[in-house]
Amino acid sequence: MVRIEFLGPIAKASIDIEANSLRDVALYLQQDIQLSVWLDKLAIAVNDTMVCDLDHVLKDGDKISLLPPVCGG
Amino acid sequence: MMVEIYNGPLDVKAIFAGWLEESVERNWGAFIPFIGIVREEDSIEALSFDIYEPILDSWFNDWQAKAQKKGAILKMAHSRGDVPVHTSSYMSAVFSPKRRVALELIDEFVEDFKANAPIWKYDIVGGKRVYAEDRSTPMSGAGLMSKKD
Repeated sequence: MVRIEFLGPIAKASIDIEANSLRDVALYLQQDIQLSVWLDKLAIAVNDTMVCDLDHVLKDGDKISLLPPVCGG
Repeated sequence: MMVEIYNGPLDVKAIFAGWLEESVERNWGAFIPFIGIVREEDSIEALSFDIYEPILDSWFNDWQAKAQKKGAILKMAHSRGDVPVHTSSYMSAVFSPKRRVALELIDEFVEDFKANAPIWKYDIVGGKRVYAEDRSTPMSGAGLMSKKD
């Protein structure tokens, strides 16, 4: 199982899913109508490191963070 | 050296004094602070911020390493939660032996901060917290989860 966390303004509780790669996570999230407005704007971190590769391999216990558009200051 | 995170508005004088004091023994030629202040506009009462600290710290450490290669150091403080108009939510600074390095670095650092620091801004209007979506920027590499192949 991996845990998916939704950060900032995405009002959604964390979920645990079975996934072997970020591609599996993408396929899962694409089924969620609630997330459709966010998907093309989200950056991804695995265990607090930014990742840009859909083939990134996941292992049991990994934490995937979804980061919506930012604006500090 | 980590980002300094404070609940509510920044105590600009105290933070500035702290940074100045830390630097006093060092042989810096330039110290350039940047202080962001919440403007009164569109009837907002305050801004409010969420921060994801683990990634903020690694983002800042990468910048610190970049600054150190140029002989400079960076400082940064940011608010969490509500920050009323006319108070400060963000401070950063560069210390450098050379003026030119400091001027260029503060520009690049503040711009990348706006684009890639994991901080989310909300307007407080009529007591409600509204995500500042139209002023927010997708981070580098955003969109991975919408790919289908």
